[in-house]
Amino acid sequence: MNSDLWIEITYFIATALFILSLKWLSSPATARRGVLAGEVGMLLAIVGTLLNRGIVDYKWIAMALVLGTVIGVPLGKVQMTAVPQRTALSHAFGALCVTLVGTAEFYLRAPDIPPFMMAVLSMEVILGSLTFTGSLMAAGKLQEILPQRPITYKGQNIVNLALLTGAVIIAVVLVLHPDQIRLFPALVVIPLIFGVMLIIPIGGADMPTVISLLNSYAGLSAAAMGFVLNSKLLIIAGALDGSSGFILSVIMSKAMNRSFTNVLFGAFGQVQVSATAGQEERPVKSATPEEAAGILAAANKIVIVPGYGMAVAQAQHKVRELCDALSKRGVDVKFGIHPVAGRMPGHMNVLLAEADIPYDRLLSMDEINGDFPQTDVALVIGANDVTNPAARNETGSPIYGMPILDVDRARTVMVIKRSMAAGFAGIDNPLYYLDKTLMLFGDAKGFVGNIVRELSGGHG
Amino acid sequence: MKLDLLSSLYVFMLAAFIGFEVIRRVSPLLHTPLMSLTNALDAIAVVGAIILAGERKTTLATILGTIAIVSATSNIVGGFIITDRMLRMFKTSSSKKA
Repeated sequence: MNSDLWIEITYFIATALFILSLKWLSSPATARRGVLAGEVGMLLAIVGTLLNRGIVDYKWIAMALVLGTVIGVPLGKVQMTAVPQRTALSHAFGALCVTLVGTAEFYLRAPDIPPFMMAVLSMEVILGSLTFTGSLMAAGKLQEILPQRPITYKGQNIVNLALLTGAVIIAVVLVLHPDQIRLFPALVVIPLIFGVMLIIPIGGADMPTVISLLNSYAGLSAAAMGFVLNSKLLIIAGALDGSSGFILSVIMSKAMNRSFTNVLFGAFGQVQVSATAGQEERPVKSATPEEAAGILAAANKIVIVPGYGMAVAQAQHKVRELCDALSKRGVDVKFGIHPVAGRMPGHMNVLLAEADIPYDRLLSMDEINGDFPQTDVALVIGANDVTNPAARNETGSPIYGMPILDVDRARTVMVIKRSMAAGFAGIDNPLYYLDKTLMLFGDAKGFVGNIVRELSGGHG
Repeated sequence: MKLDLLSSLYVFMLAAFIGFEVIRRVSPLLHTPLMSLTNALDAIAVVGAIILAGERKTTLATILGTIAIVSATSNIVGGFIITDRMLRMFKTSSSKKA
């Protein structure tokens, strides 16, 4: 009894530390303390668990802990640009753990499983396995091992719905007849297939929503596992993770003016054809790095709007040099960051912070939008749809209603872009044809580098 | 048994509400570290895996438990390391000069 009590105490403290950990994460000033709290809580819970008297054999545990650490350290040291795929991969690992434990618990307990227990166990296994393959697919797409373009086929939604229904039916049968042990493998395999099918039609720009949603599923499956094992600690950690993923998904879908179902079942790509048809060639104004540098140097207030294109071109360090060069001349430089810029929530902030840009210059869409009318130059680097004014006034546009950064309200707009190709949504951007817009054609890193060179040359 | 489940449901509900309230306050600036941190915390599922791997009940349970420990531990270690690395990069203009 005594050791059981101590174990419960470690879990109790760990739970409190986990909640504090997330609370401290709310501000950059206390965030690192939050990580420390999480680490201490985790260590306590693991040590507590190792004291469990049910454990008779430590050999496999020790080996697994060492091997997990060996795999985990490099995963913690990936490049910042690879963080989205690393995150997707870690959702897959979390889901794998939950699925395996659920499977083992089923075979240990079957056929004497009470209905409610079997229901949460089914939920654990279904959510776990679909999150496992879904996250692997997402990681593959982000790492560009798999094609990033959405793959759609006729009847896709029906196939997906059928798979999900099939899994739920099997779960119901098992709840009613837990002695039907041979049905259990299907409860794992069908969601595994479903996870793959679910992510196939997802395009790159939908990744922030999808990663958040998978995050939420991973958390919910862990909470379900907590019900199965009657572990309050696990229920709470899972609920925290689940609600975090859910909140992020809501923020992301709001920022794209789309519902979850639309992201998962909408197949945005199909809109492309009708949207791009009937566009005639319209003249655009372009500028050289010298001209751009001249305009930037004469400005008082500049807002830089980064997008996924900046990450692809690895231009964030050059952007910081530009920011420094302009600040030195007394220009006020801020960054306007759309919630879905990049491939995961907060992606741009991390890249810019990595490039040593102080975070007080990084403003969210709501914070910066009021500033554009007083802004001399809005410099768009590798972002497209999130600046498209069609979202505001063209009711027929597929992105109509999506909140955007109002760059078109700045006095001058500059857009660094490789070519006139349309963005993810395949929609033409009227911004590019405005009188005040200058197109800067070229690679983001190279072009920004050239502007920086012009600025420092002109200075000396 | 029934009561256990009921109290578990209460715990889940309360934790979900706390989660909503706490996480709503996290600045969009830190959404990426938020995701990697919650992911690391979620790997607390390792406690269930440890017991499975150590109980020596069936071979299947030991094998599945062992693999589950590996995947959860990699999330714990990797998740905490990368979250801390990211947070260390966030600096204000004043602390940068200092």
